[in-house]
Amino acid sequence: MEFPAELKYTKDHEWTKVEGNRITVGITAFAVEQLGDITLVSLDVKVGDELTSGKTFGTIESVKTLSDLYAPLNGKVVAVNQDLDAKPELVNEDPYGKGWMVVIETSDSAGIAQLMDEKSYGDHVKAS
Amino acid sequence: MTEAAPRKTSLFDRHVAAKGRMVPFAGFELPIQYTGIVDEHQAVRTAAGLFDVSHMGELELKGEHAAAVIDYLVTNDASKLVDGQAMYTACCNEKGTILDDLIVYRAAQDRWLIVCNASNHAKMAAVFEKAAKDHCEFADRTDETALIALQGPKAFDILDQAGADAAKLRDLKSFHFRDAVIGNVRCTAARTGYTGEDGVEIFCAWNDAPALWDQLLLLGAPFGIKPAGLGARDTLRLEARLSLYGNDIDETTNPIEAGLGWVVKLDKAMFVGKDALAAVKAAPLPRKLVGFEVEGRGIARHGYPLRDVDGNEVGICTSGSPGPTVGKSIGLGYLPTAMAQVGTKFLVDCRGKNIEAVVVKTPFYKRASS
Repeated sequence: MEFPAELKYTKDHEWTKVEGNRITVGITAFAVEQLGDITLVSLDVKVGDELTSGKTFGTIESVKTLSDLYAPLNGKVVAVNQDLDAKPELVNEDPYGKGWMVVIETSDSAGIAQLMDEKSYGDHVKAS
Repeated sequence: MTEAAPRKTSLFDRHVAAKGRMVPFAGFELPIQYTGIVDEHQAVRTAAGLFDVSHMGELELKGEHAAAVIDYLVTNDASKLVDGQAMYTACCNEKGTILDDLIVYRAAQDRWLIVCNASNHAKMAAVFEKAAKDHCEFADRTDETALIALQGPKAFDILDQAGADAAKLRDLKSFHFRDAVIGNVRCTAARTGYTGEDGVEIFCAWNDAPALWDQLLLLGAPFGIKPAGLGARDTLRLEARLSLYGNDIDETTNPIEAGLGWVVKLDKAMFVGKDALAAVKAAPLPRKLVGFEVEGRGIARHGYPLRDVDGNEVGICTSGSPGPTVGKSIGLGYLPTAMAQVGTKFLVDCRGKNIEAVVVKTPFYKRASS
């Protein structure tokens, strides 16, 4: 499985798109494949909430299972994808696009430095 | 005790080739899904699905007293069966709680087959072997018997293509079975299933299963057949409100509260658990297994607490998932009898979030009668 080179990744199978101090977060195609049909995305945060790296900001449920969504780094929520409320299948259809979940504003440069590139993430997927 | 490595059914290579995602299940490696749970679910509801259920246990009892041994162990009345007929039943312990749920097949007055859950195979083999001792012959046929379920509205159209004998399986009555030839495979076909759809479950020799599987997929292709995995099997059976052992029923539940009172025949002679079940039936039931719809945004899962509208914990969810055909988030759970009436509102504690739910009539899905 190939992963977009312009994104950075976490071991929890989330992708991040780093644009200055704004980070868009979603889950990878690998995570989507593992989950199967996604039926519910609960983003339990609102604009202005502070996120702590490693703490959950929501859950994603498929027919069979529930998974937590983890904040990839410290920061403040500046956007939440409300479309996923009614259309959780967007995560299946377009995980790196319309399936985005939150945008975080961060000054957590140490956190950004720890994100994996597509090659390291690919190795992580092979090992898991 | 060490965990043995999971076993493979004779269809393992077929599952891998079809990109089945293999998971350990009851001691076997089986596909949880191929193309996707919802896709496979819909194929079974609208066309046909093919399931490998070779992990199920098959126990054979033979001899003059086989019928009496079985009737002593199960709660339903096996003496009512005729040759070629099968029945669903519970098998209880002396406390009247459920050791397993089974299908009992009468091939002849002195030849019977019991199909048990894979998760209970060792336990049930021991129960039947012990009861058979000195009374009838017992043989565990699990390792040599494959089982394939062909389910869905197109199941018999597909069998029409599989030879003259297979085409006549359409005439088989519900919960009846007979020896058959499907394609070029000798087998036994039963008009039973675990999906809420019409169809057959087909027993054949372990090593004949790949040939049977390939032919049914090939003949079924024009009808939209798909291989279906454990995930779809679970959503299909839940919509049809068929109990899953280990989820909805187990050794802490009795058949009456589980809604399986119809398989408990207290008017038959002595059977294991009869006194306990008579006492259960004579007293008011403390709790009942009910079907419910989640009205808020959430999916009830096995083990989630159920609460009354004031937030008091009053029961437990035993099964839950989105129902792909009914289009709702559905579940089963035990609630106090006073809360078991259709329309009763309560809460499902989804990991700390209380989500509104309501008791509904079951089954959630019932196929249009043909």
